[in-house]
Amino acid sequence: MIARPVRALSSLVAVLLAVACTNSFEIPIETPIRPKLEVAAFQRVLVAGFIAGGTEDVDGNLETTRLLRSQLRTKSQLRVIDSDVLPLVDVATEGRDSGGATTAPEPIKEEKDLEAYEHVFANVEYWKKIGEEYQQPLIVTGTVMFTPLQRNSIVQREQEVYDSFGRRRVVPVRTYQERKGFSLDGRFIFIDGRSGATLHSESFGEQILYNANQTTPALSSYFELMDRLIPTFLSTLSSQKIKGTRILLQ
Amino acid sequence: MRSAVLIVILLLTLVAVPLAADARSDAKKQVEFGIAVAQRGLWREAIYRWERATQIDPSYAPAHNNLAIAYEHEGDLAKARAAYERALELEPGNALIKQNYELFREINDRTTRQSAQ
Repeated sequence: MIARPVRALSSLVAVLLAVACTNSFEIPIETPIRPKLEVAAFQRVLVAGFIAGGTEDVDGNLETTRLLRSQLRTKSQLRVIDSDVLPLVDVATEGRDSGGATTAPEPIKEEKDLEAYEHVFANVEYWKKIGEEYQQPLIVTGTVMFTPLQRNSIVQREQEVYDSFGRRRVVPVRTYQERKGFSLDGRFIFIDGRSGATLHSESFGEQILYNANQTTPALSSYFELMDRLIPTFLSTLSSQKIKGTRILLQ
Repeated sequence: MRSAVLIVILLLTLVAVPLAADARSDAKKQVEFGIAVAQRGLWREAIYRWERATQIDPSYAPAHNNLAIAYEHEGDLAKARAAYERALELEPGNALIKQNYELFREINDRTTRQSAQ
């Protein structure tokens, strides 16, 4: 129990002693991290749209497309193409229908519902056609599931109590707590607009939970969760710098 | 004959000690210069100086430590790891080198995880 703080303290003392005994200089550094995907061949990026599902309070397709476009505009070298968001659910439904007639898309409520639509990402001809239309950009698409969550569990919290002499004590109390929130799961898919082939795909998943009596609009929870995912998304396309400090020695 | 050998050994020792001291002192000068330029943001020049220092005195741990930091700053993580490990090999008890290495490993592990995804 006390071993960890003691160890931390002793290593701090060791570092302080070393600093005192050596000529050392703290220096800020920025470590560049290379992007996961080589995008030098592309000058433009098209965030095409997403197969989205879950709660109806947020349009996952529209909001994700808008957000990624605005992030790429400010944080990447690629030129972002402004176009209408592709209704990929309709495209997938049309493709599945042998007669070519449009059928109304079924509501996507759970992650397994997505399976019926995912074939659209492997449709090389379709993406090649989109690529030709927009001068062969890098295409960003994928799936987004934004679903409500409810978790009931026993949690431990600390409570102040006073004994008969008025002495204050803090005791752990186990209570039943209802929590509500949202989960955001899915996949970013990067497609080569020249060939229609998938270059890279990356799954994601984040959750947020609040006390049941707290009212948080679905859209603000969506943005809170997307905020956590954006750095990972951007690190796929553009290099990033991690700031830190190191000690130079003499 | 025996005394001649002893005299040769003594002479060699007398020559070798100042030579090593000279190498360390030259390496120190390079390291100091490297620190001065790194503090002005001239990392390429700093790398050149610290590489020179490690060539002059390969057993000078601070030179390897500083070189590792510069490589890290340049994004050459493989070279940074090798330089940190060499510095720790030379001075395994140096808490500052250990601290730098731990911070480096955090970043390095994160990027390795990302590229494995």
